[in-house]
Amino acid sequence: MTGRRLLLALPLALAVATSAFLIVPVALSVLAGLSVNWQQGLAGGLTLHWIGEVWTLYADTVVRTLALAFATVAVDQLLGVPLAYVLARHPSRRARLVEELIMLPVAVPGLATALALIILYGGWHDFRGSSAFILVGHVLFTLPFMVRSVLAVLAAIDIATLEEGAASLGAGPMRRLLGVVLPNARPGILAGSLMVLTLSVGEFNMTWMLHTPLTKTLPVGLADAYASMRLEIASAYTVVFLLMIIPLLLLMQWAAPVRRRPRTTRP
Amino acid sequence: MGRTGSAAPKDDQTMTPNPAALAVRLEDCAKTFADGTRALTPVNLAIGAGETLAFLGPSGCGKTTLLRLIAGLDRPDPGGKVWFGPTDVTALPIEKRNVGMVFQSYALFPNMSVAGNIGYGLKIQGLARLDRRARVAELLAMMRLEAFADRAIDQLSGGQRQRVALARAIAPRPSLLLFDEPLTALDAKLRDALRLEIDALLRQLGTTAVYVTHDQAEAMALGDRVVVMTHGRIAQIGTPVDIYHRPANRFVADFVGLMNRVEGLAGDGWLTCRGGRIPLAGSQGPATALFRPETARLADPADAHVRGTLAAAFFLGDRTRLQVEGIGEAPITVDAFGPVALTPGDVVPLVIAGALAEPAGFADMG
Amino acid sequence: MSSATGMGAGAARTRAALLAAPALVVFLAFWLLPMARLALFAGQGPSGIEAYWAVLAHPQYRASLISTILLSGLVTLATLAIGGITGVFLSRHHFPGHGLLAGMLTLPLAFPGVVVGFMVILLAGRQGVIGQLAAILGAGRPVFAYSMTGLFLGYLYFSIPRVLLTVMGAAEKLDPALEEAARSLGASPLAILKDVVIPALSPALIGAGALCFATAMGAFGTAFTLATRISVLPMTIYTEFTLFADMPIAAAMSLMLGAVTWAILALARQATGAGVAAAA
Repeated sequence: MTGRRLLLALPLALAVATSAFLIVPVALSVLAGLSVNWQQGLAGGLTLHWIGEVWTLYADTVVRTLALAFATVAVDQLLGVPLAYVLARHPSRRARLVEELIMLPVAVPGLATALALIILYGGWHDFRGSSAFILVGHVLFTLPFMVRSVLAVLAAIDIATLEEGAASLGAGPMRRLLGVVLPNARPGILAGSLMVLTLSVGEFNMTWMLHTPLTKTLPVGLADAYASMRLEIASAYTVVFLLMIIPLLLLMQWAAPVRRRPRTTRP
Repeated sequence: MGRTGSAAPKDDQTMTPNPAALAVRLEDCAKTFADGTRALTPVNLAIGAGETLAFLGPSGCGKTTLLRLIAGLDRPDPGGKVWFGPTDVTALPIEKRNVGMVFQSYALFPNMSVAGNIGYGLKIQGLARLDRRARVAELLAMMRLEAFADRAIDQLSGGQRQRVALARAIAPRPSLLLFDEPLTALDAKLRDALRLEIDALLRQLGTTAVYVTHDQAEAMALGDRVVVMTHGRIAQIGTPVDIYHRPANRFVADFVGLMNRVEGLAGDGWLTCRGGRIPLAGSQGPATALFRPETARLADPADAHVRGTLAAAFFLGDRTRLQVEGIGEAPITVDAFGPVALTPGDVVPLVIAGALAEPAGFADMG
Repeated sequence: MSSATGMGAGAARTRAALLAAPALVVFLAFWLLPMARLALFAGQGPSGIEAYWAVLAHPQYRASLISTILLSGLVTLATLAIGGITGVFLSRHHFPGHGLLAGMLTLPLAFPGVVVGFMVILLAGRQGVIGQLAAILGAGRPVFAYSMTGLFLGYLYFSIPRVLLTVMGAAEKLDPALEEAARSLGASPLAILKDVVIPALSPALIGAGALCFATAMGAFGTAFTLATRISVLPMTIYTEFTLFADMPIAAAMSLMLGAVTWAILALARQATGAGVAAAA
């Protein structure tokens, strides 16, 4: 059975190596951010000093990133939920085209979208220098995810039949929207919102081009820190980022439906 | 139709239609799954050489679990043994058992053509290409699939896929054939047609076979013997005739066809009940008469033993199924063949023949 | 499929248009129009419409394009191999903590490219752990974070989780009956892998591979943090824009890059039938 054993041992070794490759640096960054001196490692002791430093230097980026993320979610909900509803109720070639269209800012590198925005709106200084400029980029990049998430839920519950049922009982369009569509779309809106939050918090490619010294976000700050700050501060800043992103990811897992592996029928 | 055989053996005796084929024996085989469910209580079973054994039962009864133990897809709980002829194969996985298996969903390989699927087992066996091609051609002809040799699987109908699955399973000449509800996914007419084909095939091949189904007609038509199962244990093993006319317990009586039960007072060869009298030999005192719907006949009022009231009638084409009240405590079912001129509320005069007395302990399983 | 309920199809269509309008207007104003302007702008520089071919014509840009394609290609192949094997393995062997491990392995999906670059620095930079380990073992202190190897590792870092997720998802959907059928015909585990599992996973693998390639082609943050000497195309575009203020060239190249990544992702969507995102 050595063939079988080898077939088990090699992938296992690879899986272990891959896991180490992906996880060890994260653990290291947490360690470095909390250690007094990275050169001395754990022997030098642990401290929250660097986190404090990070807060002094970069607190505004954290606040701005969170504000931007929630603003992006709000705008995405306002724009995306009605659009998803329309796409769900009127499936057609045109609907699929629209879906493809709004995916374009995702398929194309953020650099290109940012350049385009700068070329057209760069002259409008008030806009260019505000956080709203970055918000636009984030909305463009995250909208398709909100739409897809809501659309998936609406399609799965057959919203058309539900609305017909409500209409047969006398409910008009507005009432159906508020009383039937929205409540049933809620899981999709929730999952989509969490996804959008995560994407917005981690967005860099576009934001780097769109930002100004007065409108820095956390990833932008991270780039700064990696380039110019000592390892401990860069690591502590990364820890702050992880503290923001991990809860979001956990919430996303919790909000998503669980799927079990199909087994052959037993009886 | 079912194999009645002139010298019908007793319930637990295996049949040996083809002594050259493989005989299988299961010794104390039980199965408990990782999550704690006890799918199978210890089972002892012998399958005769060349016999087709049908496993029959409702969902969750353990029949597929048992099949998988025989196949080698699952191992029995410690202490269980599986014998293929004189060899203990308990520790052998399915790859080494030389069985042919037909799955409920057919499990045809979508990345291979029909010929590719049929020849796969031969390729694994290492058969030379020319020999392989010859054998595949043989099977394509046997299954009337010559025109489909190079087709992709998704271009086939359900019946065609079934035949490819069959061909694939028998191509490597396995010593045991295993069928896991192969006809469940097909519509009624196709099922009937394929049932005949499978029956002819099994007789032609003479290979020992195990056939799992929840359809009693299928089980009785195809099986030399039938194993009726429920809740992980065997309720009765016997020929189709035995199972139907001499059920060992109430579960088998009710699962295979319909069984009417009428309680009353027995004496002098008759059972006296609410609606009249039913001939019942060999009982005395309080007793229950058991009879099948087709053994009750509509009779002239003058000749009838019992009378009831018609509650409902269902015209089913070849017969009319009548629900008759007033004979026993519960309504009984009577199958009338030929034209029936009764409406609900009418008096139903019946002659009931061939009723058996319900033995003591009938409700429990042996 | 749907017909309107209420006052008839006309009213329903108006409602639909009203509901879809905000999103589409925003999209028009902030993406379509700017992109169109960008396309025009790209052709208005000193080299005119030739700017679009600059990436192929100009030797420096061509070199950048070639190194980007080579890097992306190598990363894709390596990721498919590693992610494919690991993904199938993980989806079949459930052990306590399996869910946690799967979660940790897909955590890097949320990292911006800069963080990925930092991870590579922690592994292989001047104070990197690999260097420290090697020093302890007496093998010198290798620093390769800022070389092609480091870049390769960084790209691997954000690509593997993506492929892992796809492969694990596809492996879950495999019908166990197919493998049991192959086993019943005597196939060894290796034969099953070759004849049943890999063919069944190939649409997912192709899709994941295309996604991987497109993401690598457009990746910016990782190269920004790591590459001091090598220039990948997004970095070249960025440098043109900021350092040399050659905006038309930058615009043209970014549009070409955008067209290429979009095309690759469209192919990926054909193969998997699902939506995909490229961002690192």
